[in-house]
Amino acid sequence: MTKTENYTLNFGPQHPAAHGVLRLVLELDGEVVERADPHIGLLHRGTEKLIENKTYIQALPYFDRLDYVSPMCQEHAYALAIEKLLKIDVPKRGQYIRVLFSEITRILNHILNITTFALDVGAMTPFLWLFEDREILMEFYERVSGSRLHSAYFRPGGVHRDIPDGLTDDIENFCEKFTSHIDDTEKLIEKNRIFRQRSVGIGKISVDDALEWGFSGPCIRASGLNWDLRKKQPYDCYKEMDFKVPTGSTGDCFERFLVRVEEMRQSVSIIRQCLKNIPDGPSISNDPRIVPPKREIMKESMESLINHFKLFTEGFHVPPGETYTAVEAPKGEFGVLLISDGTNKPYRCKIRSPGFPFLQATEFLSKGHMLSDLVAIIGSLDIVFGEIDR
Amino acid sequence: MSQRKHDKFILEMKDLIKSLMTFCKPKVSILNNEISIFIQDKEILKTLMFFKDNPSFNMHTLIDFTAVDYPNEEKRFLLIYNLLSVSKNFRIKIKTWVSADKPVSSVTEVFPCANWYEREAWDLFGIRFVGHPDLRRILTDYDFDGHPLRKDFPLTGFTQVKFDDELGKVISEPVKLEQEYRTFDNLSPWEGMSKILPGDEKSEKLDD
Repeated sequence: MTKTENYTLNFGPQHPAAHGVLRLVLELDGEVVERADPHIGLLHRGTEKLIENKTYIQALPYFDRLDYVSPMCQEHAYALAIEKLLKIDVPKRGQYIRVLFSEITRILNHILNITTFALDVGAMTPFLWLFEDREILMEFYERVSGSRLHSAYFRPGGVHRDIPDGLTDDIENFCEKFTSHIDDTEKLIEKNRIFRQRSVGIGKISVDDALEWGFSGPCIRASGLNWDLRKKQPYDCYKEMDFKVPTGSTGDCFERFLVRVEEMRQSVSIIRQCLKNIPDGPSISNDPRIVPPKREIMKESMESLINHFKLFTEGFHVPPGETYTAVEAPKGEFGVLLISDGTNKPYRCKIRSPGFPFLQATEFLSKGHMLSDLVAIIGSLDIVFGEIDR
Repeated sequence: MSQRKHDKFILEMKDLIKSLMTFCKPKVSILNNEISIFIQDKEILKTLMFFKDNPSFNMHTLIDFTAVDYPNEEKRFLLIYNLLSVSKNFRIKIKTWVSADKPVSSVTEVFPCANWYEREAWDLFGIRFVGHPDLRRILTDYDFDGHPLRKDFPLTGFTQVKFDDELGKVISEPVKLEQEYRTFDNLSPWEGMSKILPGDEKSEKLDD
C-alpha cells in the first residue's frame, strides 16, 4: 500500500465562494478537510481606532461599512447605544420607521445570502430572480436617505428625515409581489435533489456547541433554540409587532437556509404591520443638543444656524458611562460596547460582529467534510468580511 | 418584561451574584441596567467557570471579549468579558484590570470562542495570554509591528504600503503624509467647564 500525505491548499483570498477576502489554509486528506485555518484581516480598516478619533455623529457612517449588506441594522445598534448613554427617547414614528427599515434590511441581507448560497451549491436561478427585488429595496433606501448602500439614516434620537410621500404605498405594493417571489424561490430549491444533497446533514451543530461557539441569529435558531433579541430583549417598537421566530432542529446548512426563508416572510409581515400602524408626528427627537435643526428654520434663525454649526463641528457631549447594546441584525447579534468619557468622541467602541464567531467555528463545522461541503458551510453561515475584519 | 420588572430582576441578580460568589470579593455595580463585576486578574478562569457551570446563571456564551486602554492608570488595560445566559435571558460583564507586562490566563478552555477574541486582544492591544493554543496576530498584516488600538499608537500608523514598479512587488515604507494630519479641537471652552466657576472656592473659604 502506498503511503499518502496530507495536502495543504490555499483557498482564497480571491475565490468566488469565499464571499469576500477570506484566506483559508486547508489541510486535506484526499478531498476530506482535516484542518481549516482561516486567515482574516485582509479587509481590516481599523474602524474601532477611527471611531475613537471621530465625534459621535461622524462615527455613524462607519457602521454602514461594516456589514455592507445590512447597513441600517448596525446603525441601529450604534444609535441605540448613544441614546442609552444620553438617556433620550425616540418618538414613536421614528421607532416605526427604524423597525420598518430594519426589516427591509433583513430581507436585503437574506436575499443576498440565500441566493449566493444557492449559487455556491450550483443553483443559478434564485440569484437572477431575487436580485431584482433587492434592487427595488435599495431604491427604498435611496428614497429615504439618498444612497443605496451607505445610508447613514438612523441617527441618535430617531431617523435623519421623515419618509417621503408615496413611499409607504410603494413598499406595500412591493410586499404584495415579494411574498410570491419567496414562494417561487423556495419551491424551486427546497425540493431540488442537488440542493438537498449538498446541504442536508452538512455542517451540523447542536445547540450546546452553538452556544459555546458564540453563535446567534439564524444559525442558532436553525439548531433549534428559540432565541431572537427582537422577542427576548425588545428594542424600539418590536414589542408591538406580532411575528413568529422560526426555528429548525438539526442545525445543518439546509435548515439555516429554511430559517432564513421563513424569516423573510416574517419580515414582510412586520413591514406590513409597520405600514398599517405607523403614527403621525415627528420622526426624530426634538432635543436641540443632539438633533440638528430643520433646514427651513436655519434659513431664518441665526441661533439655529449656530446650533447646526456647533453640532457638526464640535458634536454633542456624551456623559461618562458605558453600555453594551445589541440588536438582532440579519446575521445574528450585532453589539456595540460604547465607553464614553464625557467628551465629544467615544473613548472606546468595540464592535461585536456576529460573523466573527461563525468564521471561527468553520474548522469545527467542516472537519471531516469534503472540500466542496466547506463551500456550502461558508455560504450558509452568512459571512461578510466587512464586519469580521472591521 | 416591563421596565420596572426588569429593573427588579437586575437587582435580584446582583444580590444573587454577591451571595454566591464566595470564593473572591467581587465589586458588583449596575450602570444603565447592566451588571458589571470587577474581579482580580488571577480569578478570571475561576469566575468564568463559575458563571458557566452554576445553574442559577447558566452563562454558556461568551458573547464578546475586549480590552480598553487607559494609559494613565497603574494597571493599563481593562479586560471586559461579556457573558450571555440564554436560559435566564440576561447578560453580565466581568471586568478586570491588567498591566501591560503581565500575561493573563487564557479562557479558551472554558469558552472555545475566546480563541479569536484573545488573538484580537493580543493583536490590537498587546496583551499576552498564557495557555492560549495559538496566539498569532489576527486582524493586522502578517509582518505588522505594534498594537494599533493602544492610545499611544498614532491613527496614521508608522508604515504605508505601495506597489513598487521597479521591484515588481509590494513594499512598505515609513508613512509620509502629503499634509499634516489635522485634528481640530472643537471643544467649546464654555462646555468644557465644570459647574464650579473659578473663584467659587473663595466663598467656601470665608465660611470656615
